[in-house]
Amino acid sequence: MKDFKRISVRRMTKRFGDKTAVHDFSLELGKGEFVAFLGPSGCGKSTALNCITGLIPLTSGEIFIDDECIDDSRNKVPPEKREFGMVFQNYALFPHLTVRENVAFGLKLRRLGKAEVERRVGEVLRLVHLEGYAAKYPTQMSGGEQQRVAIARCIVLEPRLLLLDEPLSNLDAKLRVELRYELKALHERLKVTTIYVTHDQTEALALSDRIVVLNFGRIQQVGPPSEIFSNPSNPFVADFVGYKNAWAGGIEALKETPDGLEVRIRVQKNSLDARLPYPAGDPRREGIVAAFRSGSPVCTAIRPEDIVAGSRPGANSLRCVANLVEYQGHTSQVRATLENPASEGGAGALVDMRSSVDVAMGEIVEASIATDRILLFPEGLPEAAAS
Amino acid sequence: MRGAARGSYLYLLVPALVFIILLFLYPFFYGLYLSLTKANGTFTLTNYARFFSDARDFRTVWTTLSIAVPVTFVNVGLAIPFAYHMRRGLRGEKLISFFLIVPITLGTVLVSEGMLTFMGPNGWLNQLLIVLRIAREPVRFTHNYLGVVISLGLQGFPYAFLMLLGYVSGISPDLEKASQMLGASRIQTFWRVLFPLMVPGIAISFCLNFVMAFSVFPSAVLLGQPSGPTRVISIAAYQWAFEKFNFNAASAISMVMAAIELVVIGIILAWRGRMYKGASIVGKG
Repeated sequence: MKDFKRISVRRMTKRFGDKTAVHDFSLELGKGEFVAFLGPSGCGKSTALNCITGLIPLTSGEIFIDDECIDDSRNKVPPEKREFGMVFQNYALFPHLTVRENVAFGLKLRRLGKAEVERRVGEVLRLVHLEGYAAKYPTQMSGGEQQRVAIARCIVLEPRLLLLDEPLSNLDAKLRVELRYELKALHERLKVTTIYVTHDQTEALALSDRIVVLNFGRIQQVGPPSEIFSNPSNPFVADFVGYKNAWAGGIEALKETPDGLEVRIRVQKNSLDARLPYPAGDPRREGIVAAFRSGSPVCTAIRPEDIVAGSRPGANSLRCVANLVEYQGHTSQVRATLENPASEGGAGALVDMRSSVDVAMGEIVEASIATDRILLFPEGLPEAAAS
Repeated sequence: MRGAARGSYLYLLVPALVFIILLFLYPFFYGLYLSLTKANGTFTLTNYARFFSDARDFRTVWTTLSIAVPVTFVNVGLAIPFAYHMRRGLRGEKLISFFLIVPITLGTVLVSEGMLTFMGPNGWLNQLLIVLRIAREPVRFTHNYLGVVISLGLQGFPYAFLMLLGYVSGISPDLEKASQMLGASRIQTFWRVLFPLMVPGIAISFCLNFVMAFSVFPSAVLLGQPSGPTRVISIAAYQWAFEKFNFNAASAISMVMAAIELVVIGIILAWRGRMYKGASIVGKG
């Protein structure tokens, strides 16, 4: 393996006809880093991945490994010469070859000696816990085992970059978690630079050093998992990582502090106090201040877990009607609507919350939200304003 | 319970069994019986002995093989690259398929008649070749070995192509991508991944094409020289049956035909078995 320090993707764009699948995508990957591309289906994450492998030609943009340009959208190093490894959602093992032959496929193409091939195949099969499977054919194995072969087939070549395209999506829930642990352990051990495409935020949060959230072919936010999870930069990212309560409202009062904003928001007939953790220079802060001055609407982002049902009315208390209660073990998932007098017009806003006390359908629920658990976005904030 | 239920449905197999017995097994064994008897029904091997000792008849085996084997190799050999390049679909694919299927639909006789005029000494093809100065005098495309080969190619290639196309387009494109990502060039990917996965299809289309070509009759009569260079084995059988009215001898010849076809199919299937040990389901990855 040729050594390198970083892989840089610069302003990568891919258009199919008049549809832009990947728009102005820039990313720096440090050696050994694990980066997840997270987004809903059709957001361009797989296209971005395939562009980086070279399997799909770029419309414009460049890809560098240190100073070596491997793709400038006119000339490119072909995929087979990039020393990248790829793992597919459907495993893509060669059905006519045994596990041993599948893993040895790339080694044989590199014309390594027989003993060397044998040694490395044995080593990597031990690493993925498939020692006894060398003579089996892929179709004789379970999905999880097949995917481990596919991973072994890549890492045996010590790729400069390992790309995984929804590798766990075809597995059932239990296997998915097991293989996720194994992937994490493998990465801890081998430190292969990795890009991991997924639509599952749990996988992205659990595995990666950094997450790239994508929508409509544009990067929405790049950051470490904790930042994506607790500090989404726009309504789309917020909704995608679980801030399900997006209520339209207006700002009644606003006070600027050095490390954030203190605001009072009106949502239908309720008033909510919130401390927004937006420091100076944050585009969200400027957006909120501007919305306050112009009186334009804003949008909340609150996690269901942060709306506590059954507590005594206090600050930020809401009265709502439970419409749907799903028992989920230690808590229940409650979907409710805010009580909204007819005089205010229209139906009450949808409230998603968790409750640890019993709630019956149709019951009036008192719920409260801590002031530091509310995020606010100016409505009409362009979804790609972040990054 | 389940066994009993299954048993009571076995009678549903009866129509199929009757069909197979009446149309396949009975004629086959009756032919075998005829080939081993004299006209009066007593056992004999003379029918076979006569065929193998008569130089003119026995030569038909080699004549037929010399037509059928090259034709089959050419048909399947051409079908492989065609199917490979059309595996992801092409613009105008329907048009191409249409032109390929037409010769099958029209039937051997019409195609042969067409070839006779189109490729005859005064046909368009020869006139074109002369006008373009590719040939100085009319090239003989008909009433010889070449005529039979061309006609069998026109009829056999579409079968081979359509069958292989089904096999190749069933191979997941991800397998090709995976191979490429592991460092294989396009050619290496073809030989190490696609070709082995096509082997079952190649074997089957080779068998069908060979059997079709080996039992050639109308093309050999209409486009060849049925008395000489293209006197194929089916012509020999026909002449014994309907010119000399010796059905026993004709049956012996058809048994020899069947035996040769079985041997060739056996060779092909053995090759397939050696090439392809993996799962029989292609492309599921």
